[in-house]
Amino acid sequence: MTTLNSRIPEGPIKDKWTLYKDKINLVNPANKRNIDIIVIGTGLAGGSAAATLAELGYSVKAFAYQDSPRRAHSIAAQGGINASKNYMGDGDSNYRLFYDTVKGGDYRSREANVYRLAEVSGNIIDQCVAQGVPFARDYGGLLDNRSFGGVLVSRTFYAKGQTGQQLLLGAYSAMNRQIARGKIEMFNRHEMLDVVKIDGKARGIIARNLITGEIERHSAHAVVVATGGYGNVYFLSTNAMGSNATAAWKIHKKGAFFANPCFTQIHPTCIPRSGDYQSKLTLMSESLRNDGRIWVPAKLEDAKAIQQKKLKPIQIAEENRDYFLERRYPAFGNLVPRDVASRAAKERCDAGFGVNATGEAVYLDFATAIKRYGTEQAKIHGINNASIEKITQLGEAVIEEKYGNLFQMYEKIIDENPYKTPMMIYPATHYTMGGVWVDYNLMTTVPGLYCIGEANFSDHGANRLGASALMQGLADGYFVLPYTIGDYLADDIRTGKIKTDLPEFDEAEKSVKSQLEFFINNKGTHTVDYYHKRLGQVMWDKVGMARNEKGLKEAITEIQEIREDFWKNVKVPGSLNEFNQELEKAGRVADFLELGELFAKDALEREESCGGHFREEHITDDGEAKRDDANFAYVAAWEYTGKPSEAILHKEELEFKDIELKTRSYK
Amino acid sequence: MNLTLKIWRQKGPQDKGRMVEYKVTDISEHMSFLEMMDVLNESLVAKDEEPIAFDHDCREGICGMCSLQINGEAHGPDRGITTCQLHMRMFKDGDTIFIEPFRANAFPVIKDLVVDRMAFERIQQAGGYISVNTSGNTQDANSIPISKQNADLSMDAASCIGCGACVASCKNSSAMLFVAAKVSQFALLPQGKVEAKDRVKNMVMQMDLEGFGNCTNTGACEIECPKGISIENIARLNREYLAATI
Repeated sequence: MTTLNSRIPEGPIKDKWTLYKDKINLVNPANKRNIDIIVIGTGLAGGSAAATLAELGYSVKAFAYQDSPRRAHSIAAQGGINASKNYMGDGDSNYRLFYDTVKGGDYRSREANVYRLAEVSGNIIDQCVAQGVPFARDYGGLLDNRSFGGVLVSRTFYAKGQTGQQLLLGAYSAMNRQIARGKIEMFNRHEMLDVVKIDGKARGIIARNLITGEIERHSAHAVVVATGGYGNVYFLSTNAMGSNATAAWKIHKKGAFFANPCFTQIHPTCIPRSGDYQSKLTLMSESLRNDGRIWVPAKLEDAKAIQQKKLKPIQIAEENRDYFLERRYPAFGNLVPRDVASRAAKERCDAGFGVNATGEAVYLDFATAIKRYGTEQAKIHGINNASIEKITQLGEAVIEEKYGNLFQMYEKIIDENPYKTPMMIYPATHYTMGGVWVDYNLMTTVPGLYCIGEANFSDHGANRLGASALMQGLADGYFVLPYTIGDYLADDIRTGKIKTDLPEFDEAEKSVKSQLEFFINNKGTHTVDYYHKRLGQVMWDKVGMARNEKGLKEAITEIQEIREDFWKNVKVPGSLNEFNQELEKAGRVADFLELGELFAKDALEREESCGGHFREEHITDDGEAKRDDANFAYVAAWEYTGKPSEAILHKEELEFKDIELKTRSYK
Repeated sequence: MNLTLKIWRQKGPQDKGRMVEYKVTDISEHMSFLEMMDVLNESLVAKDEEPIAFDHDCREGICGMCSLQINGEAHGPDRGITTCQLHMRMFKDGDTIFIEPFRANAFPVIKDLVVDRMAFERIQQAGGYISVNTSGNTQDANSIPISKQNADLSMDAASCIGCGACVASCKNSSAMLFVAAKVSQFALLPQGKVEAKDRVKNMVMQMDLEGFGNCTNTGACEIECPKGISIENIARLNREYLAATI
């Protein structure tokens, strides 16, 4: 049986990474070109890794299911990227960034990894500026910073509301430079469908060309999985339509442990669902909570009237509104962390106070802010006795300058003017902190198989702070993996090219083909989306924002039933050897149907509430999350043994030597 | 609402392709255009017909994957949005809607509404980068101040999502706005100046090799660009090109 060894270097936390780098094995430049590395996924983590490995001299093959690396979903990140540059001189440091991240993650992440992340964060900004990333600047020409939730300093660098896009395009440009030189061979519109292991090591993959349907064999000395999170297990999420867990799940089935699947972030400010046809959810930046006040009607009859469109929100008097975050958390009010805000909105909606036709929405109201800014502006402009209309006009101009693009996006989707009537928002699945278990080197439990970015479980514990996802993806790809992978590959300089006609490749290809053929030949009764939506409903209802033992047990049974039905009655049109989007989806949903069960099992096993994982049995007297450090300060790493229900739990105990464990309170 | 859809169907690159008529009923005005397409596809699969292939991914207007020509306009009738952000409230009950792929010689059809935009990739590979290694051993990010004005203009150009609406809208199928956006982003930054001449020459050369047409300043690209990228960037590209070649 495999045992967990996190390979955390000895020494004080501040020196671990430096000392470690001093001692690891290196590969001579002449040997690097004879070593092949496969990178699957080309978002921030995969794209930056592929570019850097190619620059170092390795021969890289990169795979993306989209038609270009520039389309990976990292591109959708809005807010910014954290770095402990301390340009603002407000007391930031590597230690502070490390501390905030561990605390924000509710003390369920690995200290040594998080410290290293903080340590390389400043380098990321230097690197991106050198690549031509147009970060926001102040009038003196220096980089501007803003503040984000859960911290006391301004350390977030940004490029308008499109930081993810600009960072991804930076990594993409670095890739393009290497593609042009032939150092990266890029496989667009290709999907990895299995990993090939030879003598226990990852030595290649089976991929499908999504245009021709051809099944291809690719060999390498190491394989890197950088395919993002599994949020689409809920069907509806802020992920892209194609975001999937197939690569991560396939390597799990080949021996890579899967860690903390129940740690999922539900983001509080998303545009609510409008009907059953809904295909995805759109995030509205967290920054809106700086000026918006969240409320629902205080009276149930008002809420019912609003749901039936008989009453408008502006007709509800101030005293009949329930500003529930301000009521429950007077100290932090509307700025409580994401997990807390999401649960409070759900609690009100479950009690019947939701404000749209589906009953799943709360208001985010800017009227108070408009009035406050308008009055302030009137004073600045020396307007005495300004009319209400004038104040509103001035206030709206301030709001437009701060959030104009978000308000416009909202209006396009909902067709209501958020300056005049409150926005409607509801929580949605956004990010998965859990993922493939990796050691300090970012290697999985399979030798030669690495996992980076959102796809691994690493740095965010049970809850991720805003603007930290971009930081982690680029840290892994630019600055961590390129060092650690050399230590492993140093043993491979005499191996020579890995052949693809070995029996291990035959076997993997055979199983991939037989699954694809099954889908095409099954000719069942229900579409792939039918099953995906059913799974998503169970996940949302029973493994969503609040979980309990009974619900989780039911979820496990129901997911098993859906899975059984899927394998009997799924219907996939078209044929194998062509561009076939339904066939692509079928394989992804098949994997979600297994991952969902492990997710529920993990949530059932973790009998505490921490971060994004909220167990209704484990709450304080006033209804808040209650962590159990004595029994659950560990990473739950699951080993696949044939069925999700029979997965074996391995525990990596978490040690906190540099940070004292405390209870989070926002009252 | 009930709608008649006339959709381009093409089995593969060798197939000639044709418009096929479909009816959809009970479409909600709150649906996005692509959700309407999802509804149609679900009904086609249920009837054992092959669903319509179309590109899409993020469905929030940033990945640049979606690429439909709707009633003759790239990304449809609304402005400043991609197809995935277009909502059915832009249409009326009883409307007939024509849906085609982005048309250009340099964008061959893969299947139905899906086109091959590898020409854009090759243009980017020809010079859409700054030749700096990703070792992190660069100078401090604040060591070269950049005027806010140039940083903002660079950002405006960099917001291109590479969808190809500019090409699909241009009567000459010109890719000038796409190339100009990348050239401008770097030309406006000190980091990009070092290789500016080679970059503009190489990217323009690749653009011509791919078979895109010439720019005749009609400005259609700017109007249909979902990110509102200004044709001032084309003027800057021409200036950079001229300076590089004389």
